[in-house]
Amino acid sequence: MPKITFVCADGATREVIADLDQSIMEAALAAGVPGIVAECNGAAACATCHCYFESAYAAHTGEIGEHESEMLDFTASERTAESRLSCQVRVAAGMEGMTVRVPPTQ
Amino acid sequence: MTRVVIVGAGQAGSSAALKLRALGFSGDIILIGDEPIAPYQRPPLSKAYLLGKTTAEALLIRPVSLYRDQSIDLRPGCRVDRILPHARRIETSTGSLDYDHLVLATGARPLQLDASIGGALGNVFLLRSLEDVDRIRPAFVAGRRLLVVGGGYVGLEVAAVAAQAGLQVTLVEMADRILKRVACAETAAYFRALHARQGVRILEGTAVQRLEGSGPITWAHLSDREDLATDLVVVGIGVKPDISLASGTGLDIDNGIKVDQFGRTSVEGIWGVGDCASFPHYGERIRLESVPHAIEQAETVAANICGAQKVYVAKPWFWSDQFHVKLQIAGLNTRYDRVVVRQDSRPDVASHWYFGGERLLAVDAMNDARSYMVAKRMIEAGISPDPEAVRDPTTDLGSLLKSLAVVAVPNY
Repeated sequence: MPKITFVCADGATREVIADLDQSIMEAALAAGVPGIVAECNGAAACATCHCYFESAYAAHTGEIGEHESEMLDFTASERTAESRLSCQVRVAAGMEGMTVRVPPTQ
Repeated sequence: MTRVVIVGAGQAGSSAALKLRALGFSGDIILIGDEPIAPYQRPPLSKAYLLGKTTAEALLIRPVSLYRDQSIDLRPGCRVDRILPHARRIETSTGSLDYDHLVLATGARPLQLDASIGGALGNVFLLRSLEDVDRIRPAFVAGRRLLVVGGGYVGLEVAAVAAQAGLQVTLVEMADRILKRVACAETAAYFRALHARQGVRILEGTAVQRLEGSGPITWAHLSDREDLATDLVVVGIGVKPDISLASGTGLDIDNGIKVDQFGRTSVEGIWGVGDCASFPHYGERIRLESVPHAIEQAETVAANICGAQKVYVAKPWFWSDQFHVKLQIAGLNTRYDRVVVRQDSRPDVASHWYFGGERLLAVDAMNDARSYMVAKRMIEAGISPDPEAVRDPTTDLGSLLKSLAVVAVPNY
């Protein structure tokens, strides 16, 4: 159960102990992290759970699928090399200490 | 202390409660639902949950503890019998409650096949609630013969899941084609072909005349004179807004509980959100059955209860999963007169663009997230691309959006 820190757009931080069977989106919503909308609840259909993941943890966040990548090209906040849809990233033990930034708009 | 009572603990009710707290509302929030569990997501019911790939707990919109942490008084398994608007009081199965603001988020009820044609037989199921699916699952066994009644999205999703689970599936649609009410002939053709390849038998222009059985269903008599040996039936023929409480209170009804652009009903202090409510949308009155709409309208009403005077502008979108295909729909295709097909070179990747005159109204995107995202941006900004540019698969949609966005005037 890794500890993950969410940094909101206003700079406020929230530490979340995430379950291993969750997605990052589910862990954030369960903890009440603001700024993640997730209208489709994890169906990768809406692109409103966009977050920026520290590149140092790229080995644990997994590959971006083609569908996810096409969605990320048109997110409300700009796509960077750290962009993922947080519903498509599973919590992994190696994420202990990882920081996830929540964008200003979804 | 100000008290908000929310009737209906689905997506809309839950979103209203959570948003009130997020906006700093410090009064009482009481969230009442007639189902025995906390608010849950319905879309996976006809998909992953029916397939047994997810649990009821994973369907919860938020963990039960979160409502407690947010001081939201969640009351599942409670029925509201009556509203007394002058006294600002409701009567429930567990006693009466006073309110300052009442939010009706009562949702929609599925239409049933009439009992006179066998709609009440055993193994004839509806699919709207967790309880419905829990009843279906024991009968949902490989090799069984399933009849799906209704060729809308719910019916097609059930058919897809059933085929994947090894059932023998026949789907009947009374209209001359599937998806008649919600999509163009091109989209219907795409899904008809997809289902045919996966072994689902689709009979269009075919109605159920009578279901027969002593106890559980055994035969379905169809209007094309076929008699179909059947082990179970799932009925997906649409829903109607649940207005029973509202109409008993004298609220204005017009294809659901009539609300204005702020979400107010015709009675002071009572609001309506989600599937149960109709609202003004670009000069028309519409009602939407969708999760994103439920969330956004509920959040607007939460803001308005806090005094924001915010106008709700719907940005409709929908999705459906069938087999390996993710369908994403942006916009509303009402009154389209032309459909432009954009066919990708990748198999099963396509998008159907609905135009009314020059104006882009909606897009159905099949495994085509790029078309969906671009079209959604265009529709929300009031941008209408050249149909021929859209049809040409070599057009880069991202560049097209950028070139048009510079000169566009948003329509909301």
